[in-house]
Amino acid sequence: MKAKKRAGLTVTYIVLILISIIWLFPFFCLVLQSFRSYQGEFGGMVNYLVPKKFSLDSYKFLFQEGSQYTRWYTNTLIIAFVTALLQTIVVICVSYALSRMRFAGRRALMNVWLVLGMFPGFLTMICLYFLLKQLGLTQAGAVPGLILINVASSGMGYYVCKGYFDTIPKSLDEAARIDGASRAQILVQMIIPLAKPIIIYTALVSFMAPWCDYIFASYVAFGHSDSYNVAVAMQRWVWTNDYQGYFTRFCAGGILVAIPVTILFMCLQKYYVEGVTGGAVKG
Amino acid sequence: MGEKKASGNKITGFFKWLAADIADIGTTFTDGSWKTKLSYLIMGGGQLLRGQYARGIAFLALECGMLWFIFGFGMNYLKDFLTLGTKGRGFNPDGTISYGDNSFFILLYGLLTIIVIIALILVWRLNLRDNRNSERLLKEGKHLPSNRKDLHSLLDQNFDKTLLALPLLGIFVFTALPIIFMICVAFTNYDFNHQPPAQLFQWVGLENFRNIVTVGGKGNFGGTFFTVLLWTLVWAFFATFLNYFLGMGVAILINKKGVKLKKLWRTILVMTIAVPQFVSLLYVGKMFASDGLVNSYLIKWGIIEKAIPFWTNPTYARILIIVINLWIGIPYMMLIATGLLMNIPADLYESARIDGANQFQMFMKITLPYMLFVTGPFLLTSFIGNLNNFNVIFLLNQGQPQSMKLTGGAGYTDLLVTWLYKMTINDTNYKMAAVIGIMVFLVTAVISLVVYNFLPSVKDEEGFQ
Repeated sequence: MKAKKRAGLTVTYIVLILISIIWLFPFFCLVLQSFRSYQGEFGGMVNYLVPKKFSLDSYKFLFQEGSQYTRWYTNTLIIAFVTALLQTIVVICVSYALSRMRFAGRRALMNVWLVLGMFPGFLTMICLYFLLKQLGLTQAGAVPGLILINVASSGMGYYVCKGYFDTIPKSLDEAARIDGASRAQILVQMIIPLAKPIIIYTALVSFMAPWCDYIFASYVAFGHSDSYNVAVAMQRWVWTNDYQGYFTRFCAGGILVAIPVTILFMCLQKYYVEGVTGGAVKG
Repeated sequence: MGEKKASGNKITGFFKWLAADIADIGTTFTDGSWKTKLSYLIMGGGQLLRGQYARGIAFLALECGMLWFIFGFGMNYLKDFLTLGTKGRGFNPDGTISYGDNSFFILLYGLLTIIVIIALILVWRLNLRDNRNSERLLKEGKHLPSNRKDLHSLLDQNFDKTLLALPLLGIFVFTALPIIFMICVAFTNYDFNHQPPAQLFQWVGLENFRNIVTVGGKGNFGGTFFTVLLWTLVWAFFATFLNYFLGMGVAILINKKGVKLKKLWRTILVMTIAVPQFVSLLYVGKMFASDGLVNSYLIKWGIIEKAIPFWTNPTYARILIIVINLWIGIPYMMLIATGLLMNIPADLYESARIDGANQFQMFMKITLPYMLFVTGPFLLTSFIGNLNNFNVIFLLNQGQPQSMKLTGGAGYTDLLVTWLYKMTINDTNYKMAAVIGIMVFLVTAVISLVVYNFLPSVKDEEGFQ
């Protein structure tokens, strides 16, 4: 019996180690290729993995004069920070109103949002583009434009947060109201501190989304490379410039994006798991 | 049958309500004082005269703003709404270019104006009801709420209005209005040959919808549509259920008694969630390119002679996309399953063991039913999410391989959404993009409704014992 158990455990470990290798291998390759020398070897696709000579050529290229990489990076950082902040506020407001208040049309509102959410997001791309253009928020103004679009529709993503608010007992609210607290005070002083995990989850998710935003970002910034975010710029390097040897530069640029985002995610992983699990069960 | 009856009741109910409401507007006028009567024309007039400045000013400002919008701006567009513009681009007598009508803005602002007019009527009605309430309160000898109280209520009893005002406005302008606009576009001929401001576009009725279901017709939209739709459904099915079961399997492995370093294994897997997808997916996509790492090494080691056409053979591309999606999807499901597996009461397993059940039987009889029950809604949302999973497809291979047999730049791994995207960006065929968008909506809505009604956890919240 004991031997059987040990054999079972060994198999488990072997499977887990195999999985880990598969999972980490692409990242490992990514890092290796980013150190390939640009001058001595070639920056595009080559048929070997380990560089013949390690060098920082690709990283230097990102920060050399005339490179717009830092600009793109700053753009993305600004979009991510502001979006995360405003989106979290909007989501909290909507969640509180829908979880705690009972007003005429509440059910109808939730149903309408549900139906709106069933339309694919890219459907409205052309219309949004012209709306932004009217406001002067395309091309040169793409950064505030993207923030506006991200934040404006964020109220519809209230499900997880509202689900969490629902689990905070209503009797707490009632007690506070008897003590003379207004709804606004209850939200700020009681619910927000109690809902800290889900607020961190909301902020984390909305911070990470803009880093991957390619579709709309490329459309709004169309042709104006100063307004690109990293995703758009890197995409162009891989798809249109890789024959010129931009592949290793993409690797280097991608790693510089991935490191801070990954570290942030790993630090807040606990909250992410909580939000994802809660959201999955309640749907 | 029953549903039809219920909706019939709803319709008659609506008309009854409407009739009562109109009658109420009448009695409010005949019974009301001159202050109330003034409010019929100048909204907020009654409130202002009664000293309720906060409400009065709010109503008056709304009326002025909306009227100014309708007559100063919207009417110019609304009057051409039925034709979407008649005057194309031409030349003025002095030789300069005259732009004529812009169908795009006629449609967009025309819709906006219609909505504002409806909103104006609703606000007007609200204003009348408020007058009537105030009058009743005064008649009963009670005091009207003071301005201070009115304003304070926005942070208390009416806090919902304060909280929802901006989010609602944002969703209306940047989600609802564009969606209504695009639904209208599906009934026009807005495409490459009809692009404002140079050209006009017109209403064409159901032609685009006929186009998309006609196989082999003009441009063969029908054939492409059904190919893409079928692949979208197949993809969503595999992406959802493979991830689900394999993710659960990995979670069970890690949770197994005696396995050490549980946190390390989880952290390794979660890497694919943490690293932005444009980095990881773009890179992995390139790994499998014809000159990518995988092919070069296979050739170097002499396993194959010619590069395997991972992305240019439809079947290979489809299988590979589903497999690579596991790399992204398993960790996500693993996280969810880990939490839920711990919630299963341990004594269930204990008693099963005493009854002589083996591991597999326990999984089939205890773990799986519990998980399916709890994660039913999640499976639904994840299926819907996969129907619209733009990133995985587009970052990996942009829906390739393309084919002459497919129209609109579609490839064999294109989902409906990526096809929609290509149609908008590459072909500027907005009318068909709009039709596809509506189709996606229909597919999503039908699946949601059907599945939702079958979900055990919806029917019976306490069902699992």
